[in-house]
Amino acid sequence: MNDLTPTREQRTAALEGMGCKRKRVEDARFTQGKGNYVDDLKLPGMLHGDFVRSPHAHARVKSINSEEALKVPGVLAVITAETLKTVNLAWMPTLAGDVQMVLADGKVLFQNQEVAFVVATDRYAADDGINKVVVEYEPLPVVIDPFKAMDKDAPVLREDLAGKTSGAHGPRKHHNHIFEWTVGDKDLTDAAFRKADVTIKEMISYHRTHPSPLETCQCVCSFDKIRGELSIWGTFQAPHVIRTVVALIAKIPEQKIHVISPDVGGGFGNKVGAYPGYICAAVASIVTGKPVKWVEDRIENLTATSFARDYHMTTEIAATKDGKVTGLRVHVLADHGAFDACADPSKWPAGFFNIVTGSYDFPTAHLSVDGIYTNKAPGGVAYRCSFRVTEAAYCIERGMDILAQKLGMDPAELRLKNFIRKEQFPYHSALGWEYDSGDYHTAMKKMMETVDYAGLRKEQAAQRAAFKRGETREIMGLGVSFFTEIVGAGPSKNCDILGIAMFDSCEIRLHPTGAGIARVGTKSTGQGHETTWAQIIATEIGIPADNIMVEEGNTDTAPYGLGTYGSRSTPVAGAAIAMASRKIKAKAQMIAAYKLEVHEDDLEWDIDGFRVKGLPEKTMSMKDICWAAYNSVPPGMEPGLEAVSYYDPPNMTYPFGAYICVMNIDVDTGVYKIRRFYALDDCGTRINPMIIEGQVHGGLTEAFAIAMGQEIRYDPEGNVVTGSFMDFFMPTAVETPHWETDFTVTPSPHHPIGAKGVGESPNVGGVPAFSNAVNDAFSFLGSTHIQMPHDYWRNWKAAKSLGVFAA
Amino acid sequence: MIPGPFSYHRPATVADAVKLLSTLGDEARPLAGGHSLVPMMKLRLATPEHLVDLHGIDGLKGIRRDGNRIVIGAMTTQAELLASDDIAKSLPILQEAALLIADPQVRYMGTIGGNVANGDPGNDMPALMMTLGAHYRLEGPGGGRDIAATEFYQGAYFTALEPGEILTAISVALPAAGHGYAYEKLKRKIGDYATAAAAVVLTMAGGKVVSCAIGLTNLHETPLLATDAAKAVIGTSLDAATLKKAAAAAEAIMSPAADARGPVEYRKHVGGIMVTRALQRAASRAK
Amino acid sequence: MAKTHVTMKVNGAEVEGLVEPRTLLVHFIRENLLLTGTHIGCETTHCGACTVDLDGMSVKSCTVFAVQAEGSEITTIEGVANADGSLSALQEGFRMMHGLQCGFCTPGMILRAQRLLQENPRPSEEEIRMGISGNICRCTGYQNIVKAIQYAADKINGVEFKEAAE
Repeated sequence: MNDLTPTREQRTAALEGMGCKRKRVEDARFTQGKGNYVDDLKLPGMLHGDFVRSPHAHARVKSINSEEALKVPGVLAVITAETLKTVNLAWMPTLAGDVQMVLADGKVLFQNQEVAFVVATDRYAADDGINKVVVEYEPLPVVIDPFKAMDKDAPVLREDLAGKTSGAHGPRKHHNHIFEWTVGDKDLTDAAFRKADVTIKEMISYHRTHPSPLETCQCVCSFDKIRGELSIWGTFQAPHVIRTVVALIAKIPEQKIHVISPDVGGGFGNKVGAYPGYICAAVASIVTGKPVKWVEDRIENLTATSFARDYHMTTEIAATKDGKVTGLRVHVLADHGAFDACADPSKWPAGFFNIVTGSYDFPTAHLSVDGIYTNKAPGGVAYRCSFRVTEAAYCIERGMDILAQKLGMDPAELRLKNFIRKEQFPYHSALGWEYDSGDYHTAMKKMMETVDYAGLRKEQAAQRAAFKRGETREIMGLGVSFFTEIVGAGPSKNCDILGIAMFDSCEIRLHPTGAGIARVGTKSTGQGHETTWAQIIATEIGIPADNIMVEEGNTDTAPYGLGTYGSRSTPVAGAAIAMASRKIKAKAQMIAAYKLEVHEDDLEWDIDGFRVKGLPEKTMSMKDICWAAYNSVPPGMEPGLEAVSYYDPPNMTYPFGAYICVMNIDVDTGVYKIRRFYALDDCGTRINPMIIEGQVHGGLTEAFAIAMGQEIRYDPEGNVVTGSFMDFFMPTAVETPHWETDFTVTPSPHHPIGAKGVGESPNVGGVPAFSNAVNDAFSFLGSTHIQMPHDYWRNWKAAKSLGVFAA
Repeated sequence: MIPGPFSYHRPATVADAVKLLSTLGDEARPLAGGHSLVPMMKLRLATPEHLVDLHGIDGLKGIRRDGNRIVIGAMTTQAELLASDDIAKSLPILQEAALLIADPQVRYMGTIGGNVANGDPGNDMPALMMTLGAHYRLEGPGGGRDIAATEFYQGAYFTALEPGEILTAISVALPAAGHGYAYEKLKRKIGDYATAAAAVVLTMAGGKVVSCAIGLTNLHETPLLATDAAKAVIGTSLDAATLKKAAAAAEAIMSPAADARGPVEYRKHVGGIMVTRALQRAASRAK
Repeated sequence: MAKTHVTMKVNGAEVEGLVEPRTLLVHFIRENLLLTGTHIGCETTHCGACTVDLDGMSVKSCTVFAVQAEGSEITTIEGVANADGSLSALQEGFRMMHGLQCGFCTPGMILRAQRLLQENPRPSEEEIRMGISGNICRCTGYQNIVKAIQYAADKINGVEFKEAAE
């Protein structure tokens, strides 16, 4: 060894592998305006399509007259349901086992529903065209309030389902009922409530909101008549699924469908589903023989493609008088809008809502969910959360605070008392999940120490006393949240989409010079996969991350994957990447043994290559092994160094975290101020701490928005009143609080690298932290639960109802 | 979200602009900053056949002193208002309010003339102009005229502008030296209109209010001058009872719409609080 | 509708084109000039993804007609890098501080921040937050964008950047 020999630390650092704050490779193009988003694509002869949409929430469509529209210069075609019927595409299947109108077929069921698709030479002519299509409507009575949807005399929304007494998820009990889903032991749970010292019951609503990525949903479809091939560039979080769906419904052989997700400007669940725009653009391209682009505008995005939540959760907890929980009973009224277009794994009509027992050791629980139709946009996507997990976390975290209040206990103490203990993992929950790992007490205590929880409670007591003396008009709230997520859908034993198991995949090819390409079945929408996937490979096989190019989103080249949502990329694809790497490493070991003339078992791995045990001087680097793989492999071995892995996870992963929000509220105006927000996340092994921190910041910001005002609200006539960025609360840098992040590391025992996924934790844990802070602030005035969103006027209303303005 | 077609005109003088607007009639709209009009056009809620762009008219720009008045050209942008030393010295309330309008990009384009002339009840400058006793200069086919800001607003998007007339300048008498001022605006976020806002300009002597004007934004279909509320504070030291009385008098004339910013009751209530807070802050600034 | 001839200087180069009067500047930049780094996010003048620099002002190009920009000088994200092709201080700051994720808001953010630093070379955190309040980011929560701008300001001012403690 001489001075020029790199140290082990230097060799490790040179890889930029796992645990390193590697700067993102994506940023070179994004900071220079050289990203490649769907709307940037311009194909020769490309046409533009745009929708005529319904101004009514519920109406019969009497007639559609396209005569004047077709006279507009540049307008080439107006597609209606009648046109689509000729190719059997007037309706399309949804991911949830329902069907959805592509274009209004006889009636419309929500405001801004797609009625006709105008195809023109450019987007200006298309817009002119839609203003000339004359549609005659006969308005029908609307159902907006989910609690009235199953009234006996409620209007019939889905006439197409007349006489169908059961749907994809079992019996329907009313014409506006979709499904009932029950889990858990009802008798045992009822008994626990009968025996309980203390019970609470509260209807906790999680309002309707929207993921609203900055880039809306859009696509370009190009049908090549001679080859019979359809190419689709789109904002897809799951391009392979889109390819299969198109093959199934358009009857085009799957090998002739090319789906490409280029750079995607944020997803947050909005870009999982299949939308009428994609179908119409494809049909228009087939009809015209030209490429057709469809780009949704913001109002369309907020009002028509995939809302999130609208869950109304009647929550009951049974407990002993000293605060040990003994039972949980939840009934959910789930408003799915006009069609059940939830993007959940097929067998899970309410997603993984049965994670609702949260971080607590409930001996028994029972859950039932009723899905219903209303005259609102379809969707129910997982907006930065695993399927219905943020709803579940909100339900239980609010419930625990309400219980603490009733018991006169501190909410943090109540949680500590009921946590699943470290030694109980793997833990089988009362509602059927096997939690992989956790150390909740350590995380909670770290949070409490870091923020001086006891000190904050003292300060709050003083503030309350001052308020009661009339010395201040501000009240102070501490919002504690301790969430357990369930991500990484998922094991084939319980997760599929349209029958396709929810595995994910990776293919790695190493080139002779010690570089390579990795293709993965996921699709980054900002998470930085091109950076982090290479880090996993770097650590696993000792090739510097800079030498690994990562490619996603092209269904012709990437192995089949189920895409990116539900924080599944790291738990599933991340595992596939590690497993593919290990296959490569195994072959590399054989090559190294051959070249070093030793037995394979005499080799050991050392950072970036193999060395002979006991002879540290005798080594072969992965770089050299790559070269050897292409010129001197052992006799009988195929040359080359590549591997594919399809990873079917044995279990979900269960990230968790301890969050706290410190908030002051001015009772006179309802204006709040977030004084402090601390988020401790445990996502298992950390691949890139910089990116994790960024994910947490972003997720907390979305949680803040949702809890404090971000709402898709309808008036009683079914008009969306928050349909643009003026009224849909989208915080700027000024409103957004400062975030403090922290972590503990409890690896997943079943994941090859121990990673659990993090992108959605901050949304799941953040919403209850904010809401609990508001509720905690008001609790001393006598309230138990105030519904979200907690915008200024609702805070004021709460204050008023609690008598703070009494003369 | 594409505007309908229109013809574009860019006159070089006020006379040409007036001529164009009066000749083209109802189908023509003047274009100032465009940040109210263009979004409306993209939604096709406005479909003018002609746009008369006022950016080419040098005479509509600039801030100047005219005796004891400040005259602000209609095409002066909010950003220019914020950068002006003259305004900082003599009409600081304009800067306080301008900073609360929309966001930086919009302030580069948005003009004070557009803000006051559009008749949008959500705009901030109209109530301020009423509070300051400003006059607007209007030029039309029949010549020019001056009108008090207090006389200008007739309804939502409905003003004293006659067909063919454009607002060319705003003239404000310099407030008394040592005056106190404040613009209190409650909004949900940057870029939103006021849930409620109040402007106060007052003078004090010996700890008592000598003169006071109070304006209200977005609490009625037009901006409002809260004269009873202002009267209630004259001669007082703004004690708690007086503030309460003033807020109540102001609330009595408010009739905001219920919208995503809150129900009527809330908007009136916080309207009263904005008045209270503006009075207190203005008083603390008065010398 | 008759088309109008427009000329302007974009990223230092004279350009021209035929547009309808109603053609929005953002569409002229993206569709005619094929400079697709400028994005469209909301179309109601709220999100700032379409921000460009026009004659020394940050403007939302979805709310300006191309004809209004006749004779003007415009900078888009494609014109921000240093003359030698290296990343500008802001571009570097965004990369170093992880000030971007999906990248969709980034061009507008950088253009806005560039103008902000020209007007206020040493902004406080509050001034930065106010300064970029016309630009919405859905991914980052802004905290790292603020750091990116502080990083760039320090670099431009020749000061060593010290990340603020959390």
